Amino acid sequence: MSTGRPPVLDVDALLDDPATRIVVCCGSGGVGKTTTAAALALRAAERGRHTVVITVDPARRLAQSLGLTELDNTPRPVAGVADGGGSLHAMMLDMKRTFDETVVANADPERAAQILDNPFYQSLSSSFSGTQEYMAMEKLGQLRRSEEWDLIVVDTPPSRSALDFLDAPKRLGRFLDGRLVKFLGAPARNGAFRLLGAGFGLVTGVVTKILGAQLLRDVQSFVGMFDAVFGGFQERADQTYRVLQAEGTAFVVVAVPEHDALREASYFVDRLRAERMPLAGLVLNRTQRVLVPELSAERGTAAAEALEASGGHPLAAAALRLHAGRVRLRDRERRLWERFTAAHPEVGVVEVPALAEDVHDLDALREIGRVLGDPGPVS
Amino acid sequence: MSSRDRDWDGVRLHVVTGKGGTGKTTVAAALALALAAEGGRVLLVEVEGRQGIAPLFGVPPLSYEERSVAVTEGGGEVHALAVDAEEAFLEYLEMFYGLRRAGGALRRLGAVDFATAIAPGARDVLLTGKVTEAVRRRTASARGGRRGAQGPHVYDAVVLDAPPTGRVTRFLNVTAEVSGLARVGPVRDHADRVMEVIRSPETVVHFVALLEEMPVQECLDGIAEAREAGLEVGGILVNMVRPVLLEEAVLAAAADGVVDVAVLARGLRAAGLPDHERLARELSGEVVEHARQVRMAAEARKRLAAAERPCYDVAFLEEGVDLPGLHRLAGSLRAQGAV
Repeated sequence: MSTGRPPVLDVDALLDDPATRIVVCCGSGGVGKTTTAAALALRAAERGRHTVVITVDPARRLAQSLGLTELDNTPRPVAGVADGGGSLHAMMLDMKRTFDETVVANADPERAAQILDNPFYQSLSSSFSGTQEYMAMEKLGQLRRSEEWDLIVVDTPPSRSALDFLDAPKRLGRFLDGRLVKFLGAPARNGAFRLLGAGFGLVTGVVTKILGAQLLRDVQSFVGMFDAVFGGFQERADQTYRVLQAEGTAFVVVAVPEHDALREASYFVDRLRAERMPLAGLVLNRTQRVLVPELSAERGTAAAEALEASGGHPLAAAALRLHAGRVRLRDRERRLWERFTAAHPEVGVVEVPALAEDVHDLDALREIGRVLGDPGPVS
Repeated sequence: MSSRDRDWDGVRLHVVTGKGGTGKTTVAAALALALAAEGGRVLLVEVEGRQGIAPLFGVPPLSYEERSVAVTEGGGEVHALAVDAEEAFLEYLEMFYGLRRAGGALRRLGAVDFATAIAPGARDVLLTGKVTEAVRRRTASARGGRRGAQGPHVYDAVVLDAPPTGRVTRFLNVTAEVSGLARVGPVRDHADRVMEVIRSPETVVHFVALLEEMPVQECLDGIAEAREAGLEVGGILVNMVRPVLLEEAVLAAAADGVVDVAVLARGLRAAGLPDHERLARELSGEVVEHARQVRMAAEARKRLAAAERPCYDVAFLEEGVDLPGLHRLAGSLRAQGAV
């Protein structure tokens, strides 16, 4: 190609570098983030790193692909990993449990019990609105601080958008520290909020009316107790955010060669740059493989048509039709890919061709890891 | 209207869900076109801020305003809307409290963030609230009608491009979702009104699946979960179905890695292709991969049958999804009797 190929993402160099401590896999839903995270973790482990992979996925897909029947909130050793001097543990995030454990670990028993009993806490800790992302960050921070692993691979939550992973913890922190909570916590009509402007009297009246007095009391007591235990929430979220910006963290964006997934990947790359987060590169997953690249779609189709007209050789005619379809699909994927690389020429890419069968064991993960680490010549 | 036998006659809210990456937006768009084929007025809604609909129809990004995106030969029309939680919140405040201009103050207070992103369930009530409002909406009373008589529905059907399977039951089951937030009061009343539509016989939830193991598993899990929550499960829309190019015996052997390379080579020679023996060896690898995909797809179909729901095929569009492609898919859904 005249524009030149984009740089290649060197996965093995990334995984082998002892300075790499955290690898975050992100991307839109259904692109194979979980499988990629598991394959990277397995490869790192078999190349000598003491690795843990965290997944945040209610469908237990990582459990399936790792051949495990149970994943709980604690890292468990994965059996069947080849000995390369390293090790592999895996865990699935249980957001409610992580929240509960964080409370218990930081509060005295009496206060912890009060928090765990609070209706607003119960609702918040089991909802999806940002809590999952917040707890994924919390767990990542815990594992990082424990120093038990030299590499942590994180699979990000199946959010509305890939960017939620970055934004939700801060948003929750901002809320818990913010004016609304202070208003909710303020004794009624003490006048403090008149300072905020005339419109607020009306607005706060409506907020109270919509949410109801009981909820306000729950939120108020929850925030009071929680703040006493944890101090500033926003500061806590900011701390974890800084871990993501630190040296030793690498973001791997995962996409499939489709319009939506690449568009989302593009947003994410821009955002990471804006936030000065370290981007390692893009994994382009499940691309169409073509085994006979020199036979064009046009030539294959013409040959198939000639055979069909003659009425003979159905196997060859079908094989040629099949091949032509694969070439056309590969070409379309290439065009989408080129659009991405034109916008992000500096982003290293590694391609993982689609497997003919599903990934549900270590061998298949190992094969994906091999392709990631050692991509063959591009067909 | 024709007297064709249609599986979902009488349904006015079609919720379309599926595992991420299964193409539920494409399927929802094709379904909307199919519903409009005979002159219906259909609203297609997205709720996740992804702007997935606009590129399919080749129109500029959608806003919080219903807009026509396609017409059908039968005189029907598809409108589209991207529901934004913040806009829905402000609209709600205006409708019920006359507070349209309070947006700025609410935002500074953090109340907008709270309602649209933090309060458990609130975001989903806002989004489903807007969707169900469109389902219920009627035109002003017909001229000459009795006072208080209701006009016809503005939309004959609404198609919702819903959140993915893992979250859809929680998303639709709003009463349960806000129960931690509000047992009584305006939020609860609003949720109850939404639930009335979602639980009515006019609403079904369709699942989009691919013929691969994990999407099938997630589809079956999603159906079980939706049923448990008392939601009416509609059909299974099998997306990206590719044509099978080989006869069964050849496929079965190829899936086990056996291809008659000599026969293939003779055919390639007959087609006048050079170096036919090497070509046959290499092409046989593609035949094997194809046969394995076909075998995997057949197993996936068998497992989907366990859900005992009607299945409809949605063809894989080799050239990508565009408006002519959507029309083809819509025609095929109608030919299969879906709508």
